[in-house]
Amino acid sequence: MSEEITADILTTHILDLAANGKRMDGRGADEYRPISVEIGFVTTADGSALARIGDTAVLSGIKLEPGKPFPDTPNAGVLTTNAELIPLSSPTFEPGPPQPWAIEVSRVVDRAIRAAEAVDLTKLCVTPGEKTWVCYVDIHVLDHSGNLIDAAMLAALAALHHATLPSKRFGIGEADTPLDVQHSPVECTFVRLGDAIVVDPAFEEERAAQGRLTVATDETGRIVAMQKGLVGAFSPDDVRATVERAFHHGERLRAVARKGGTL
Amino acid sequence: MGNVGAKEVPVLLSPDGIRVDGRRLDELRPLRIVAGPLHRADGSAFVEWGANKVMAAVYGPREVHPRHLQQNNKAIVQCKYNMAAFSVDERKRPGLDRRSQEISKVIAEAFESVIFAEEYPRTSIDVYIEVLQANAGTRCAGLVAASVALADAGIPMADLVPAVAVGKVAGQLVLDLNKAEDNFGEADVPMALVPQSGRLVLLQMEGHMTREELSRALDMGVKGCHVIYEKMKAALRDRYSTARPTEVPA
Repeated sequence: MSEEITADILTTHILDLAANGKRMDGRGADEYRPISVEIGFVTTADGSALARIGDTAVLSGIKLEPGKPFPDTPNAGVLTTNAELIPLSSPTFEPGPPQPWAIEVSRVVDRAIRAAEAVDLTKLCVTPGEKTWVCYVDIHVLDHSGNLIDAAMLAALAALHHATLPSKRFGIGEADTPLDVQHSPVECTFVRLGDAIVVDPAFEEERAAQGRLTVATDETGRIVAMQKGLVGAFSPDDVRATVERAFHHGERLRAVARKGGTL
Repeated sequence: MGNVGAKEVPVLLSPDGIRVDGRRLDELRPLRIVAGPLHRADGSAFVEWGANKVMAAVYGPREVHPRHLQQNNKAIVQCKYNMAAFSVDERKRPGLDRRSQEISKVIAEAFESVIFAEEYPRTSIDVYIEVLQANAGTRCAGLVAASVALADAGIPMADLVPAVAVGKVAGQLVLDLNKAEDNFGEADVPMALVPQSGRLVLLQMEGHMTREELSRALDMGVKGCHVIYEKMKAALRDRYSTARPTEVPA
């Protein structure tokens, strides 16, 4: 139908541009759209942040509640990441159970947080085997204009960095203390457009993409998660080059996640 | 209401009629409306009302999903009111609950009363309300946001639909309940008005009121709705007085 026809025309246009080293919005291949992070957007959360990359807007809220540790990890807290791709954010999202790619967003973000050990789960334990903090990272996509993974990670990390353990409310301690965040993972996503591999795909570029590659890095120089998505392929050299670029962008993304503000 | 187990009722009203948050009896909480903050939606609005933060988006008129709901003589209006997990003090489990479904239904019906649905047969007008931060009165805030979003989407309607709740606190009628007043007050009457006709398209009530109190509550609510109506119109004027779309609210 008409939307699919315009999508086809746009895709051809985007690939033609990419062949000449250009992008629809005039960006370079290694250039993000404007980035901003607003910390503390939601005061009912124990930590929150609204992250924007271009027109994409993602809100993350942290909730910390006492719960039971898993039997196989009695000394560790529990962390769960949940992304809601609510129908408000895009004409193609429908109400109902999460679609597989929505699940992919939350799993990729969850993996980076977990693998980087962003939160030291052993510090969330209150009484081994009995009581621990459960850390809920809820991600609410408000405006889906491309590159949800990076925006969701940025919002989640910024929210974690500014979260507080509500010890007083639950009678666990005398005073509320900041959540200890020991590492700062960020995701950096690229798409292939013909021979070009460009960072931070806008919505239309994502639709035209011939493969997507996300690389999560932390501040210690570790790669902590990766995800190849969409139909398409990358050579090992493509992957190596992309990882270098991800580290370069990672520094800037981390800085804005920690402090908030704009890039 | 609904706080049977609560230990003690806080003092909600001072002897000289000042409320817990310093308002007079008939005073609204601060209200800020931004029209058109979202980029993918056909129409959108963000409402910050007291400590409530609500985003609304409208899509349509578009194809009906699921298909069997399609009507041959008019558009259908579907509404989904949803609360973010972190929007309340105790984390809300994601997904639809009975409260959200009821609110969605009465809001959809309120809008069906003003939308010229027969102009778009066999289509759906989808209204999404996301409560990001809740502090009593989210259905009214959601309705106000959605009404501005419908106008932003260019849906033909008889009028905008302002909404507000009137409640009873320490025996006195108060406009626009905050959370403490909602939890510990004696009554809550949310309503939505069509200003041009003077009629109500949403009305609910919970608690205890005399006939005389309800009558005054209706007057108080209608008056409040007119104030909100002006702010809704101003938000739309702001949006379209500039050539570029407004930014997502700060």
